[in-house]
Amino acid sequence: MSTIVSLPDQATAVVPKKNYITAEHGLLSWLLTADHKRIAMLYLFSITFFFFIGGFFAGMVRLELLTPAGDLMAADTYNKMFTMHGIVMIFLFLVPSVPATLGNFFIPIMIGAKDLAFPKINLLSWYLYMAGGIFVLTTLVLGGVDTGWTFTTPLSTHYLNTHVVTTATAIFIAGFSSIFTGLNFIVTVHRMRAPGMTWFRLPLFVWSNYAASVLMVLGTPVLAIAIVLVALERTLGLGVFDPAKGGDPLLFQHLFWFYSHPAVYIMILPGFGVISEVISTFSRKRVFGYTAVAFSSVAIAVFGFFVWAHHMFIMGVSNYSALVFSLLTMLVAVPSAIKIFNWAFTLQKGSITFETPMLYAFGFIGLFTIGGLTGVFLGSLGMDVHLTETYFIVAHFHFVMVGGMLMAFLAGIHFWWPKMTGRMYPEGMSKFAAVVTFIGFILTFFPQFIVGYLGMPRRYAAYPAEFQVLNVLSTAGATVLGVGYMLPIFYLAWSLKYGAIAGNNPWQATGLEWQIQSPPLTENFLETPIVDHEAYDYEWLERKTQRELQHVG
Amino acid sequence: MSIASTITHPPEPEIHASHDVHEHPFYQKHHFETAEQQREAASFGMWLFLLTEIMFFGGLFFAYLLYRNWYYDAFVAASNSISMPLGLINTVVLISSSFTMAMGVWSAEVRNKKFLEWSLIATIVLGFVFLGIKSVEYAQKFEEHHVPGASFDIRDFVHPPADSKEKPLTVDMANHTQIYFSLYFAMTGVHALHMIIGIAILFVLLVKARTGLYTTGYVQPIENFGLYWHFVDIVWIFLFPFLYLINRH
Repeated sequence: MSTIVSLPDQATAVVPKKNYITAEHGLLSWLLTADHKRIAMLYLFSITFFFFIGGFFAGMVRLELLTPAGDLMAADTYNKMFTMHGIVMIFLFLVPSVPATLGNFFIPIMIGAKDLAFPKINLLSWYLYMAGGIFVLTTLVLGGVDTGWTFTTPLSTHYLNTHVVTTATAIFIAGFSSIFTGLNFIVTVHRMRAPGMTWFRLPLFVWSNYAASVLMVLGTPVLAIAIVLVALERTLGLGVFDPAKGGDPLLFQHLFWFYSHPAVYIMILPGFGVISEVISTFSRKRVFGYTAVAFSSVAIAVFGFFVWAHHMFIMGVSNYSALVFSLLTMLVAVPSAIKIFNWAFTLQKGSITFETPMLYAFGFIGLFTIGGLTGVFLGSLGMDVHLTETYFIVAHFHFVMVGGMLMAFLAGIHFWWPKMTGRMYPEGMSKFAAVVTFIGFILTFFPQFIVGYLGMPRRYAAYPAEFQVLNVLSTAGATVLGVGYMLPIFYLAWSLKYGAIAGNNPWQATGLEWQIQSPPLTENFLETPIVDHEAYDYEWLERKTQRELQHVG
Repeated sequence: MSIASTITHPPEPEIHASHDVHEHPFYQKHHFETAEQQREAASFGMWLFLLTEIMFFGGLFFAYLLYRNWYYDAFVAASNSISMPLGLINTVVLISSSFTMAMGVWSAEVRNKKFLEWSLIATIVLGFVFLGIKSVEYAQKFEEHHVPGASFDIRDFVHPPADSKEKPLTVDMANHTQIYFSLYFAMTGVHALHMIIGIAILFVLLVKARTGLYTTGYVQPIENFGLYWHFVDIVWIFLFPFLYLINRH
């Protein structure tokens, strides 16, 4: 199979001695760092840790669902399993995944800056994330919470004895981590672009993270106040959601979903950014319709704020309001679809090669499209009444979040691994893992569409016997998926010592990050770059390489 | 080869710097090209943070909007039961503290260290006065059994005292005053929390101001904190009429 990988001569190549990893030594130099690249690495380790915790809970859920009876654990315990799975995966993995790791690492470099605008606040973000994570672990140790990640009132405020307040505190703190990251990115992109780096020369990865940052900054505070009110109701008896005092439990849902719908775009938009970079590089072609892709990110951010009640169609909102939100939901699908079309047209007549990041990107395009389309089904009011709170919903959001976002995250990790570490991962192993993940994913989640359509409710430990075969398929798939996700841990760790030396630009990609050494220096650039070319300008790259070949010989 | 090889002309020297190009002010961090860039970034950051605070308080104001619309009579009765004079004094206190803060920003700009210190001290004192009056109000509510929860007593609203101009509420509507009080405590409580954090930061600024840090041209922390303090003041400007002045007679 052809490849565009271009590595330096392995007999003589070495990882540059002076880089951000070797710049300082000792644990404290990492824990007290202001370097955005080191902070990105801190995040990478932490979110991987929490990913496996969340994965453990998923395993528990799938194990229970092997049999129709609720026989592995008590129903309340099962509730805790899916709740903790959701909370850990959403708040401690998906929300920070690309922004806090790849975004932190690469946004300053992509715009030609030495660091983010507020490096110390960046470090604070990581500490807040860890504090939130520790509170979640505390909840776990204390016995868990079983409200579902959605904390629906009045269940969460009145009818449960589990550790709702501890969990609410955890999410409140982790939310501030998210807000500060978003704030940092917005100020950085506005104020710290290098000379010549205009908005429309920015890599689309920056546009996507910028749009996600706007969502983080505007949406997360509303979640914060919603869970503060739940905590106050539980502890002090304030009754904003309490029907006995005249409160409306549905108000909580409005406040909660006002954040949580934009939250799904916070989770996916950075993934879109990764896919733009990967598809362009491995088709050797500029992204088709740059302006459309850039503006569609902004459009998703804007429209994302108008559709929250499509999570509440059966909760007692008026038919009139349900109609309006259903219509608006149709609208929000359009910008995402625009991106898919643009990527498809980028591929057309490109020189496509199938390195691992590209495999994950193809997986993304297929699985996210299916997930997104099923989202449109769910947005239509009539269908949603039947499909909501069934496994159809579960399958929908796992297709977009796991088949979509997690694949995009893995694509990004593999794509930028050589830049972050100076080493190549082993291509054969990684391709194998990508295929295993893809197969495992389909086996796990496609049957869930079917059982959901047939009526199997979500969040139930027991189900009618006729759904068992599909559930067993799903659990089998989950095992395969687990293997697929474990493999990168091993080979990526292996590559740190034994991987091929990557050199500056193993993918021959455009973008400022590929013009500097791998791993980068602490200050990123020796002198401030001056940008005079468009994004994805492969002709510029060709001319530059030619010039360098002539000079260096 | 560095990226500079692709440029057609060398970088322009800083035309707006009033000092040697290779020197930057002591307060300029190394990831910024110019002190101006740093100042603008810090200011932008603070405005963005205030935007998040608007969204945070916004959730509470939305809940207020909803319930005032549903339970207007309860809100009128409950609002009339809290002390308007104390609220008014607090409003004046807070506006004055915004004035002293603005004086602080001005004195930093004209490099008057003594005046900056006094402005910060005055702001702190006024902040404490506000919090003191607030605790008196909270204590009053506690004594009158108007704190939502097990000890809430609706008698004042179902059978208002003969000398008050309040009309008696039905039992249901009287119960709904608990929503008003929940919002009262939540909104003023979150506001007070922001004030406490603000006062803590003021102490830090005061200590650093005494070393002369902010009277050498490095005004931005005082300026940006001033923005935060004015924001906290503006939230109160909304809270006062919304909570204290509902159909006052």
